[in-house]
Amino acid sequence: MNKPIRTLSLFCGLLFLVLLGNATYLQYVKADDLNGNSLNRRVIEASFARERGAILVDGDPVAESKKSDDRYEWQRTYPRPALFAHVTGWFSFFSQSGIERAENDVLSGDDPQLFVTRLVDLLSNAQPKGGSVELTLDPAAQRAAYDGLLALGEGTQGSVVALEPATGRVLAMVSVPSFDPNKLASHDLTSVRDADAALNARKDQPKLNRAIQTTLPPGSTFKLVTAAAAIEEGLYGPESQVPAGASYQLPLTSNEAGRVTNATGNACNPSTVTLKFSLEWSCNTTFAKIADELGVDKMREMSEKFGFNDTSLLDLPGQAKSAYPGDLDRAQTGLSGFGQSNVRATPLQMAMVAAGIANRGEVMRPHLVDEIRSPDFDSLGKSKNEVYSRAISAATARQLTDMMVGVVDQGTAGTARIPGIRVAGKTGTAQTGRDDIANYAWFVSFAPADDPQIAVAVMIQNSNRVNSEISGGGLGGPIAKAVMEAVINR
Amino acid sequence: MPRSQTGQPGFLGFVHRRRRGAELFLLIQALVVGIGGYAAVGIGVDGEVPTNILTYGGWLALLIIACHVTVRRTAPYADPVLLPVVAALNGLGLAVIRRLDLAEIAQAAGAGREPKTFATDQLIWMTIGVGLFIGTLSVLRDHRVLQRFTYTSGLAAIVLLLMPIMPVIGKETNGARIWVDLGPVGMQPGEVAKVLLVIAFAGYLVVHRDALALAGRRFFFVDLPRGRDLGPILAMWLISLGILVFQHDLGSSLLFFGIFLTMLYVSTERPGWLVVGAALFFAGAFFGYQVFGHVQSRVLDWLDPFRAWDDGSQQVGLSMFGMSWGGLLGRGLGAGRPDLIPYAESDFIVGAIGEELGLTGVMAVILLYGIIVERALRAALVCRDGFGKLVACGLGVVFALQVFVVIGGVTDLIPLTGLTTPFLSYGGSSLVANWVIVALLLRISDQARRPVPDLSSDEPSEAETTQVVKFA
Repeated sequence: MNKPIRTLSLFCGLLFLVLLGNATYLQYVKADDLNGNSLNRRVIEASFARERGAILVDGDPVAESKKSDDRYEWQRTYPRPALFAHVTGWFSFFSQSGIERAENDVLSGDDPQLFVTRLVDLLSNAQPKGGSVELTLDPAAQRAAYDGLLALGEGTQGSVVALEPATGRVLAMVSVPSFDPNKLASHDLTSVRDADAALNARKDQPKLNRAIQTTLPPGSTFKLVTAAAAIEEGLYGPESQVPAGASYQLPLTSNEAGRVTNATGNACNPSTVTLKFSLEWSCNTTFAKIADELGVDKMREMSEKFGFNDTSLLDLPGQAKSAYPGDLDRAQTGLSGFGQSNVRATPLQMAMVAAGIANRGEVMRPHLVDEIRSPDFDSLGKSKNEVYSRAISAATARQLTDMMVGVVDQGTAGTARIPGIRVAGKTGTAQTGRDDIANYAWFVSFAPADDPQIAVAVMIQNSNRVNSEISGGGLGGPIAKAVMEAVINR
Repeated sequence: MPRSQTGQPGFLGFVHRRRRGAELFLLIQALVVGIGGYAAVGIGVDGEVPTNILTYGGWLALLIIACHVTVRRTAPYADPVLLPVVAALNGLGLAVIRRLDLAEIAQAAGAGREPKTFATDQLIWMTIGVGLFIGTLSVLRDHRVLQRFTYTSGLAAIVLLLMPIMPVIGKETNGARIWVDLGPVGMQPGEVAKVLLVIAFAGYLVVHRDALALAGRRFFFVDLPRGRDLGPILAMWLISLGILVFQHDLGSSLLFFGIFLTMLYVSTERPGWLVVGAALFFAGAFFGYQVFGHVQSRVLDWLDPFRAWDDGSQQVGLSMFGMSWGGLLGRGLGAGRPDLIPYAESDFIVGAIGEELGLTGVMAVILLYGIIVERALRAALVCRDGFGKLVACGLGVVFALQVFVVIGGVTDLIPLTGLTTPFLSYGGSSLVANWVIVALLLRISDQARRPVPDLSSDEPSEAETTQVVKFA
C-alpha cells in the first residue's frame, strides 16, 4: 500500500502549496487592492485611530489632528474652515477630498518616504504619526480673495485662483459658498451623515471646488488665447490693422443668431482697428474673424498648450476638464474666438493662461503642495517646478503683455489699476443667453507686468445682480486687484 | 527498557530511536508560542502582561508535560514532532481566542451587555481533550485492537451523523443542522464521527481490499471496479449527499467522501476508484448546486466575495480585508480589528491570524498542519500492518482535507464551507476529537517505529514462558 500513500503525500503537499500560494496572493499581491476597497472599514478606522499629519499654510496648520477622548483617539480639526475648505478638503469617516485625499499617504503615514519613521515607531513601540504637508498658498492672497468674493454679497458663487507665474505655485484658491469641514470630520457619524446630506441638498453646491470643478464659457478672457495664436502664427501684430465693425456675420450663417455684435459701445465700430485697440475694447467682431481665419485646429492647438482638454493640471483630485472641442464648424470656431460656443474653462485654467503669458510664454504646471515633512518636521522633499508647456514665444508673450497693460490702463480693466505698478489684465463677461441664468463675470490679470509675481483669475458664476450690472471688470477687477496687492506689497 | 535496542541499526538498517528528549525540547518551544502569545495579547490590548499569566501558563505547561510524560511511558518510540506541533497550534489558538474575547469584552462594555467569551471554555475543552489523549494512549496499547470494532464504530458513526436531524436534540445554527443539544452541552457529532468512520473504513477495507482491487475491467486505460464492488462507494456517496441535503453541511459531506475515497485508493492501489469517485463527487456537487440555494449562494460568494455585501453576505470579504490589512508581518497581536470578521473565533480564525500575525503567521500555521499530515503519512508508510496503515493514512487525510477546505474557504480559494480549523478554532467537539486523533497517530507511529522483537535471540525471554504460535 506504500505506493498510493506516496502518491497521496504528493497530493497533500500540492494542496498545502496551493494554500500557501493563495495566502501569498491575498496578503501580498492583492493586499493593496483590498486595502483600498471602500468597503474595508479597517483602513479608515486605522486612520481615525492614528495621529494624522497637519496641512500647513506658511507654517500654520489649516488642518490638524487633536487628541480626543471619545472612541477614536484623534479628532481632525480645521481652524479656519471656510477659508481653506476647498483646498484641504474634508476627512470624514466615509470619504475624503482635496489635499486630505491627494496627500493621504503622507498624512496617514503610509507613504514609502515615511518608511524609516514607521520602522522607528514600530521598534520604539510609539504610536505611528503621519507626516505633514506644507502648501504653496499665500495666506494674505487667500484672505484677500475670500474677502473679495464675500464682499459681493449673499448668494455669490465664484472662485479665485492665483498662481506664481515663474513656478506654478498656487498662491490662492478660493471657492464660495464655502462649508465647514469640521462638521464632516466629526466622530458622531450620524451627525456627519446629516451634515453631508444637508450640504448635498443645497442648490448652490458648497462642496464644489469651483476653482477646478466648475467649467464655464470663459468669455472675452479667452481672447488672450486667440490673440496669442494670431501673433504666434504671424497673422497679426499688436499694431496691425485687424477687421472690426459693429457686427460680423459668422460663416455658414445668415440669421440673427449668427451675427456677432460687441458689448462695449461704439469703440469697435470702425471697419478696422489695431489688434491692441481691439483687445483693449474687447471687440467680439475682431476675434470672431481672427478665429475663423486661424481655423479650428490652430485654435485648439494653442488652447491645449495652455492646458485645455487635460484633467491633470494640478495635484488635486477631481478636476473638471477645460474644453476646447476639436470638432467645431466655422461658425462655432468664430464664436470660440471670444470664449463662447462650446469652449469651457475652469478658473485654474484661465489663471494658467494669464500666468503663461506673464512667464514669457512658458506655462508652469500648477501645484499646491510645497513640501512634505516627516512627523518630526524634517523635510522629505520640496515640490519641483515643472514646465507644463512652452505655449508661445517670449516675443509673443511680451507683445501680449503690453496689450494687456493697455487693457488696464486704457481699456475695460481699469478697476484693477494699482498706483505705481503696471498691471496686465483682461475682462470677460460670458453671456449665458438665458434670462434666468445670470451672465458669468471673468477677470484675469497679472502684476507687475515687467516682473510678474502673481497671476490671478476671478470667476463669478452668480452674484444676485441683474445682467446689466454684471461685467468682468466691475465685479472681478477689484478682487483681482486686492489679491495682487496682497502679494506685491508683502 | 533495554537500552541496547535504541540507537542500534535494526531491521533493514532502520535505526530505532525514541527521541523523547527532542520532543521535550520542541514542546518547550511550543509552550513559548502558547504562553508568549497569551502575554503578547495582553500587551497588545491592555499594554501589560495579563495578571493571570502564571496560572494560565502553569496550567498550559501542566497539560503539555502530562502529555509528554504519558507518551514517554506508553509510547516511547512515537513520533517526536507531532505532539509539539499540536501543542503549538492549540496554544496559538487559545491566545487568538483570548484576543477576540478581549475585543468582545470591550465592545460589550460599551454597549452595556453581557460579553460572550470563549477562551475559558476552550481551555476547559483542551483539558478534556488532553485527558482523552492520555486515556487513549494509556488504555489502547495496540491500535490493532480497534479493528475488532469495525462495524461497531461504523454504526456509531452513522448514529452520530443522524443525531442532528433528529427532532428534539438536533438544532440548526447559522443554516447548518450539525449541532446536537444535550442539556448543558452542545456538540457537533460529525467531529467525533470522522474518527469512528476512519476506523470503520480501515477495518472494512483491510478485509475486502483484494475483492475491491482485483475484480474489474479495463476501460480506456483505466481500471474500473466491478459494479457490485461499487456498493460501498455508492453508499458513501449517498451518505455524504444526505449530509449535504439534510444538514446543509458542504464541508462535512466533502470531507467524509474524500476520506473514504482516498482510503479506498490506498487499500486497493487502484486509481480507477479515484476516477469513479471524483466523477460521483462532481455529479453530486453539480446536483447540489442546481437544487440548493445555499450551495449556489456559496459558489457565487466565492466567485465574487463582494457580490451581496448589502444583503449580509460579507464574511469571506471581511476575512479577506483582515488578511490584506495584516499584510506580510501582520498588525501585531491586539493591534488589528479581527473582531470585524464574523465567527473569527471558530471558522474564520485563520482570518484573525492573518490580520494580526500576517502572511508569516498564516504560512507558519499552514506549514504546521503540513507537518502533521506529513508525519501521519510517514507513520502510515512505516507501519507494519495494513489496518494501522489505513487508519494513519485516513487520519492524515482528514487533516489535509479539513485544513484545505477551511483555509481555502476563508481565503476565497474554494467556496466557503463550515468546518473548524483543527486545534485553532473554538469548539469542544472538534478539539477533543482532534486530540484523540493525535493519540491514535502517536500510537500507530510508536508501533511502527518500535524495533521488531528479536525472536531469534537465545536469551530466555518472557515470550518463551508462554506458548508462541507462529504463522507462516
